[in-house]
Parts: sequence; structure tokens; C-alpha cells
Amino acid sequence: MLLRHTPKEITERKALVINPAKTCQPIGAMYAALGIHGCLPHSHGAQGCCAYHRSALTRHYKEPISASTSSFTEGASVFGGHSNLLQAINNIFTVYEPEVIAIHTTCLSETIGDDLKQIRTKAQKEGKIPAGKYVFGASTPSYVGSHVTGFSNMVKAMTEFAESTGKKNGKVNIIPGWVEPADMEEIKRMAKLTGVKSILFPDTSGVLNTPLTGEYKMFPDGGTTVAELKSTGDSVGTLALGEWCSADAAIELDKKNKVPCKVLDMPFGLKATDRFVDALRKIAGVTVSDELALERGQLVDMISDMHEYFYHKKVALVGDPDQLIAMTEFLVSIDICPVHIITGTPGKKFEKRIREITRDMPFEVNVKAKGDMFLLHQWIKNDPVDLLMGNTYCKYIARDEDVPLVRWGFPILDRQGHQYFPTVGYKGGLRLLEKILAALLDRKDRDDPEIKFELIL
Amino acid sequence: MVNTYKNEKHSQQQSAADDFGTTFTSYTLEENIMRKVAIYGKGGIGKSTTTQNLVAGLVELDRKIMVVGCDPKADSTRLLLGGLAQKSVLDTLREEGEDVELENIRKKGYGGTWCVESGGPEPGVGCAGRGIITSINMLESLGAYDESEGLDYAFYDVLGDVVCGGFAMPMRDGKAEEIYIVVSGEMMAMYAANNISKGIVKFAQSGGVRLCGLICNSRAVDNEKEMIEQFAEKLGTRMIYFVPRDNDVQRAEIHRKTVIEWGPELPQANVYRGLAKAIDENKSFDIPTPLVIEELEQLLMDFGLMAAA
Repeated sequence: MLLRHTPKEITERKALVINPAKTCQPIGAMYAALGIHGCLPHSHGAQGCCAYHRSALTRHYKEPISASTSSFTEGASVFGGHSNLLQAINNIFTVYEPEVIAIHTTCLSETIGDDLKQIRTKAQKEGKIPAGKYVFGASTPSYVGSHVTGFSNMVKAMTEFAESTGKKNGKVNIIPGWVEPADMEEIKRMAKLTGVKSILFPDTSGVLNTPLTGEYKMFPDGGTTVAELKSTGDSVGTLALGEWCSADAAIELDKKNKVPCKVLDMPFGLKATDRFVDALRKIAGVTVSDELALERGQLVDMISDMHEYFYHKKVALVGDPDQLIAMTEFLVSIDICPVHIITGTPGKKFEKRIREITRDMPFEVNVKAKGDMFLLHQWIKNDPVDLLMGNTYCKYIARDEDVPLVRWGFPILDRQGHQYFPTVGYKGGLRLLEKILAALLDRKDRDDPEIKFELIL
Repeated sequence: MVNTYKNEKHSQQQSAADDFGTTFTSYTLEENIMRKVAIYGKGGIGKSTTTQNLVAGLVELDRKIMVVGCDPKADSTRLLLGGLAQKSVLDTLREEGEDVELENIRKKGYGGTWCVESGGPEPGVGCAGRGIITSINMLESLGAYDESEGLDYAFYDVLGDVVCGGFAMPMRDGKAEEIYIVVSGEMMAMYAANNISKGIVKFAQSGGVRLCGLICNSRAVDNEKEMIEQFAEKLGTRMIYFVPRDNDVQRAEIHRKTVIEWGPELPQANVYRGLAKAIDENKSFDIPTPLVIEELEQLLMDFGLMAAA
């Protein structure tokens, strides 16, 4: 009972967060930056930040994450970090030769008020940025928002590359949001199947799910290229998946380059994927491809075949807003009841949206943005659930309360597969169901008395 | 299930071409032509008083203005609001969390001017500079500067010297573009103005921020006007206006009003009207050339000795 001190009785807390359901902005910024081809993320702050953010990503993706740091000392905190950054830019282009440096700030550099744009201009003037190479960046103080905010800020900063040549490129920008490399691959495949030419950014497929070949590549083959990022300004439109992760970038492209946009939910589960496919179909002016229709049919088939095991099962969810919204909708649509829902990311809109989705559910929903896992645990103690879905940190609650856990979200530190098998789209929906079913049925097999122990389920 | 889905889609195929245009929404906004002005100067020089009186003058010229006080004391909009009636952005943030509405942090003052106080920590704790960064970012994200607000001016009234990165926030890219420094003929005021100019140079090199002039808020120092004119010239700018010392300013302050509101017929009211006009019509935007300290002291000597002689 590692969490045995968690009391059942819920008291209102104002100042204390216990076991947060979020992490630092720069982790999101770093992950987004890795989705650009040949890009080295740079942490403008003290060394510890960079070390933690790199290892957090390495533990989840099981890939070496390269990132540099401005290595602030006491001196830099007093005088500002601009000379450190100028030196860093010079060193990085000399030693590692990336095509792009994506700078994100940290709590310290934000508090002392370093101005990235001004420092970048200075580097340019001093000739520290070689021709054909790029430096861009985003403000990512961790005391604002969460890792999702950092991701969104970095993706928004990428729109700086967009150029309008006046000639449309006939493509659609797709901003996938913070999903796994395999999910990004799947989103591209779905667009291709529908006949939509797309520019996906950021794109970590081929970066954070690479094969072991015996040869180390600091900059893997994958990622959105700078040429593609430039071309986003000429696209006919932008599909932004996830309001928290992707909407800001899409709206920025609209304001800056007059590329209109549509913000959709992340395509997890049946309905959200339908809406994504429908948007793609309308853009291409075609019917849905037979292949996607088949995959959809398979998902619907599994839902109807196994419905008795889903019906009115209670689930507790923890994760990030965009993922939770789509997942809640998916679960509700197959008669699973998500009764406790927590995200660490702030946003009153989130709670409102979840309440709308769960309005007709037979149980009342507990939902909280800016919540923590401690509160989730208390809710579970008061109203037990059949299943817990969330990141690896949930395993403590799962163990104490003896609830099956489906690992889903970020970070997953103790299981594998998330890099390689998508959970978006119809195929991803099948995988989610497979995992949910396996967890529920394993538990049933464990707990059923001998007379009810069935061979066939 | 698969079939119905497909059939439904088939029936929509005809309209697919029309759908194309309706898939995306445009958020494009008109270009904003608002002038963004920051007032800097040594602490106690009269920045807030000058700014508010000047704003009152601009209101008479039918300008729509927002004043953002960037001072932890939160007293930059007192005269426009008729007292310290404003809850600061940071207090609101502290009490209500991150989901703040625009209406919680701005208040309508004299002549329909929007007043915002950034506020900040109590003396001796926390980081006031970060407070300014936070509140300006918050105003931006809440759309206080949007075209739909129809603002002609945004004024930033900034505390004292540019002591740290936070206090330079109003000068950063896309924020204030015009800087006016309030100065008097006293050594420390000129020294501060020179220091602020150093900050401006830094940001002018990478962005659109420019020094637009010195406002001399007279302390009745000998040869003050001439000295500041000379100082301005050496700084590579000009003295945009000379505000003579007048006790009516203090009298109006006691009544928590700007001079223009309290005594519209007073000569000092006309002075502020003149300042407002000068700023409204200003066309000079310069990158300053700060003086070395010896040069500054020489300037004081020259004018001081002239007076003695």
C-alpha cells in the first residue's frame, strides 16, 4: 500500500498539489521540436532542466533524445542569458550541424526576462547563424499551463516558417497534436487513402520510432522538413487536431498567411475519427475509400460483438485535455461510463466539454481540470471503478485499489508498444478496444468463481 | 453498418465540391493601427501623473485609449479612475486562478479610457518584473489589444529604471513602439534617462521600438529647458514638451483627478493639452545615442556654471 496515506474523505485544497497530472512546458516543446527534420531542441536555462526533459522523453520513447542547453550559472541569472545563448548557437552549428535549432525557454530565463527574438536577431547580425540554417523559438515557462501548453507554443512558433508565395500548393496542413510517432504515421496514411495531399507538422514518425541499425544518427530521417514548413503558408487549409495542442498554430497561420483552418477533436475512437475522415473527404471531394470504410466496419464489429463486456463499466481517466475529450466520447459511445476524469492542464472549457459529452450517462461524472492524481485516487476510493486508464503514474493507484490499468497517454515508462502501434483512427480504435477488453477480461478470469469460469468469452 | 455509412457518403458526393469551401473557417483580422506608447523615467519624476494628464488631453482629441500601469504600487490609473479603485491583474490572477476574464482586470475611467493595473508583489518579496511579463501576456491573450476594441492608443506606464528583463517587457517585439522618457534637470533624472536609452538601443536593434522624445517635467532647476534640449540633442532625440511646475497638479491630485478634469480652464490644463497634441502629431522616431557618464556630467557642469555666472 504505497499510497496508504491517501484519505477517503475529500477536503478542499487550494495551495497544494499532490502527484500532479502534468509536467513541464519544455517537455512538450522539446517533443514538438523533434518533429522537425534535422532539428536540435535547445533549452535556454540551467543544465538540470535540459537533463530532466531529455530523460523524461527518453524514458517514454526509448530513443536517445539529443538536446542542448544554455547552461546558466549564477552569472547568467544576474546578467541575462543572451551571451550564453549566442555562444551556444555558435557552438551547435559548429559542432553538431543541425539544420534548425528550436529554442525553448525555462522558468529561470523567463523570470529574468530574456527576449529570444532579440537574441536571435543579434546572432543573425553577428553571423552566428550560417546561411540556409534556422533558429526559432518559443516561450515556455513551466509555471504557466502544462506540458501541453509547451507543445502548443512550440507548434505555434513553427508557423514562423510559413511563406505565402501567392501560388497555392494544393495541400492541406494537418497539425496532429501531441500523439505518438505511430499515430502521426497513421494520420498521414489516412489522409493519403482519402487522396488528400498533406503537410503534417510536427511529425515525429521516423524520428522517435527508428530501427536499431547499428549506426547512430543524431538527426534521423523523419520529421517535417523546413521546405514543407515554408510551404504551409501556401496550403489551401489547415486541419488542427485537438484544441489545446493545435488550435493556436492553426489560427496563427490563418492570421499570418490567410490559410483558413478547422479545429477538430483528436481522432481517437469512432465518432472523432468519423469527423476527421469526413473533413478529409470533403477537402478531397471524394467518397471515403473502401479501405477506411472496411477498417471502420471492423471497429464497429468489435464494438457490437463485445458490447456486453463494456456495458456500464465504470472507468477513471487521467491524461491531457484533447486526448481525454476524444476518449471520453469514445467510451460513452460504447456504453462504458467514464466517471472520474482528471487533467493537470488548466482550462474551464475542458470541464464544460466533458460534462456535455457525459450528459446522458447513467452515473454522475467527476471532472476536474488542474486536478491531481491524489484527488483521482480519493474519488476512486469513494466511488470504485472497474478500470483505470492513464499514464504509468497510475500504477500506484491501480495497485492499492486493485483496479486493472490500461496504460495510455504520456508518459508510459514501464510498458512498450506505444511508439509502434497507433491508437488514432479506426485501426487505433481497435487497438484501444483490444487493450480495454484484455484488461477487463483478465480481471474477470481472475475473479470469477469456479462455477462461472468460462472458456469462451 | 459499413454499408449505410458508405451510402450516406455517396449521397453527399454531389455536394462535395461545395463542401470544400465550408470545411475551413477564417479567423483573419484586420491589421491593427493602434499606437503603442511606453512612458519611462526615474522613480518619482511624475510619470504616472504626466501620463494620466496627457491621456486626459488625448481623450479631448477623441482618442480611445488603454492605460496599462506596470508598477507594483498599482497607482498609475488613480487620477483616471478617481481613486485606487482598480483590482490589479496579478491580484486577480492570485485569487481567481488562471481562468481570468478581461472584464475582471480592466475598468473604464475618465472619458471611456480603459485602465489596467498590472500590480505585483509587496515590497521585498517575489519578482515584480515577472509580474509585468505575466500581465502583458495575459492582456494579449484575452484580446485587450484586438481590433474590435477600437483603440487608438495603448499606454504603458513603467516603474522607474529598466532594472531587469521584466521592466523591459513593454519594449519587446510588437509591444510598445514609441518610448517617451519623463525627465527633469536633476542629475539623477538625467542619469536614469540615459540608462533607459541604453535599454532602448538594445531593443531598437532587433525590433521596431524607438525613442520619440523627452518630456521635461520641470523641477525649476536653473537653465532646465536649455539643458534638457541640449541633452535630448546629444541623445539623438528632442525635447517634445516642457511641462512647467505648477501646484495645480498637486491640487488636482488631492481631488483624485487629472488637471483637465478638475480645472479645465487652468493654464496647466492647456499645458497638458499641448503635450497631448505634440504626442498625437509626433513624427520623430529615433534610435538613441546614450552618453558616457563624463559627457553627462560635463553637460550638467556647463549649464550649472552658466547659471552661477
